[in-house]
Amino acid sequence: MTDRASSPSRSLVVVTAGLGVPSSTRLLADRLAAATERHLADAGIDARVEVVELRDHAQDLTNHLLTGFPSPKLQAVIDAVLAADGLIAVSPIFSASYSGLFKLFFDVVERDGLAGKPTLIAATGGTPRHSLAIEHAIRPLFAYLNATVVATGVYAAAEDWGTGGVAADGGLVERIDRAADELAAAIAAREHQPVADPFADPVPFEGAALPARTRTEAGPRTRPDLAPPGSGAA
Amino acid sequence: MQFGVFSVGDVTPDPTTGRAPTEAERIQAMVTIALKVEEVGLDVFASGEHHNPPFVPSSPTTMLGYIAARTERLILSTATTLITTNDPVKIAEDYAMLQHLAGGRVDLMLGRGNTGPVYPWFGQDIRNGIALAYEHYGLLHRLWREDVVDWEGKLRTPLTAFTAVPRPLDGVPPFVWHGSIRSPEIAEQAAYYGDGFFHNNIFWPADHVRRMVDLYRRRFEHYGHGPASHAIVGLGGQVFMRDNSQEAIREFRPYFDHAPVYGGGPSLEDYMEQTPLTVGSPQQVIDRTLGFRDVVGNYQRQLFLLDHAGLPLPIVLEQIDMLGELVVPVLRREFANGRPTDVPDAPLHPRVAASRELEASPA
Repeated sequence: MTDRASSPSRSLVVVTAGLGVPSSTRLLADRLAAATERHLADAGIDARVEVVELRDHAQDLTNHLLTGFPSPKLQAVIDAVLAADGLIAVSPIFSASYSGLFKLFFDVVERDGLAGKPTLIAATGGTPRHSLAIEHAIRPLFAYLNATVVATGVYAAAEDWGTGGVAADGGLVERIDRAADELAAAIAAREHQPVADPFADPVPFEGAALPARTRTEAGPRTRPDLAPPGSGAA
Repeated sequence: MQFGVFSVGDVTPDPTTGRAPTEAERIQAMVTIALKVEEVGLDVFASGEHHNPPFVPSSPTTMLGYIAARTERLILSTATTLITTNDPVKIAEDYAMLQHLAGGRVDLMLGRGNTGPVYPWFGQDIRNGIALAYEHYGLLHRLWREDVVDWEGKLRTPLTAFTAVPRPLDGVPPFVWHGSIRSPEIAEQAAYYGDGFFHNNIFWPADHVRRMVDLYRRRFEHYGHGPASHAIVGLGGQVFMRDNSQEAIREFRPYFDHAPVYGGGPSLEDYMEQTPLTVGSPQQVIDRTLGFRDVVGNYQRQLFLLDHAGLPLPIVLEQIDMLGELVVPVLRREFANGRPTDVPDAPLHPRVAASRELEASPA
């Protein structure tokens, strides 16, 4: 047994774009989070799990898009995602891709915010015929964001919820467990990354990647005929 | 402390009538606004610079030169001058010329511009935005301080034995503010040179403004220009006033709801809560503006944006009258209250400073 008091802890943020209440997308998100928590515990790591329902922020996301800045409530969510040691992102598949709400959120998370972050991607849909949307739509999005996406993406079609966890091609429960195992391993293998604060640690002007330029070593040269009155230049 | 008005120069239809001013009307309106700003006793008028519709002010020194000829005390400035896509040599020449014509009543605010296509239209690349701001200003700074410049950079053709004419009036370059909403690199640049830093303060939550200005003040001190409290800070602000707040909100709401910058987004009430936008009575504007000092410390310049979102000129002029009669006199008194005597004012050209002293001295 690991001593809880001394066991390391990692934050796991679950972003779900499900719309209904209850939502099968949320159901899948919760199962993935619980499985990841279990695998982290097996590795002696405490997980602090925070679930974000994007539906609760739909209005603020639109406002952010239009005004260029987030409401305080949305800022808190973005900050949680940026600071997280691991991310589970789950979207319903609409019209052969992630939902607009899901994309809206990742559009307003800053470009480098997910770089290197262990991430599990998952989706739900009415029919298994859309399962590859994970690979052709969601995975490229997170590849662009430089997230470290685990190999197994989990797709749950309506019929998967009736398989009892066992199916010829690997049931939903097994896929959830495999993906969660991969995510927990990726989280465990990575140090906690503090979020850089550009205001606390500015890039010094002298050290900035400036274009090379020549400087006047001996100070300004002055043309006497142009010297301002009283400047002392002869 | 200085108070003034800045104009973006947008041509926006009045949402209550659907009518947009012509370019000719809008240009004249900007001039009329500037003259009004001086008439009511405010200190500064600043023009935007844009190179695409629906904006008119592509040539700020032409307009400011005309305004200079028709005013006596007004400080002429910009919000902002594009340091990225303008040739720094032309900025050095144009603003030195303006400075001579206006008897020193000139400063300018540098900004990068965020309209992607403007960069290639002027032979630049928006991905070099910060590098352009750094390199171009490095050259501009030298052109105004060294009579003969040899220079080589990466983003502009080299110069050998170049002298920018006219030289700054009496050898004193125009004071420069660096404006940025979200880039700490620009606050750092302003601090490095000991120049002013301006936060337009109208799109962002107060906490963000605080962090930008804190960074600038801290680094200003780091670079040896004096204590952080002596750094030169300017803020934007956006107000609409009527005698009582219900009236102000009722009249401004259609303009807010259709404004290009926030229309279709948050409610007016949410926006007022999350940003410095103030729609209400003159007293509410006074209280809110005085609160800016709690965010950024004692500061030197407050500019208001009034002529936007399609508001017709007569209403804008009324707003300036209210600022001049009811708001700014109180702000001058209250901001002076408790302001440590060592906090400097925004630098003025020595000629302007001398004439102000003459005015202030008893006859």
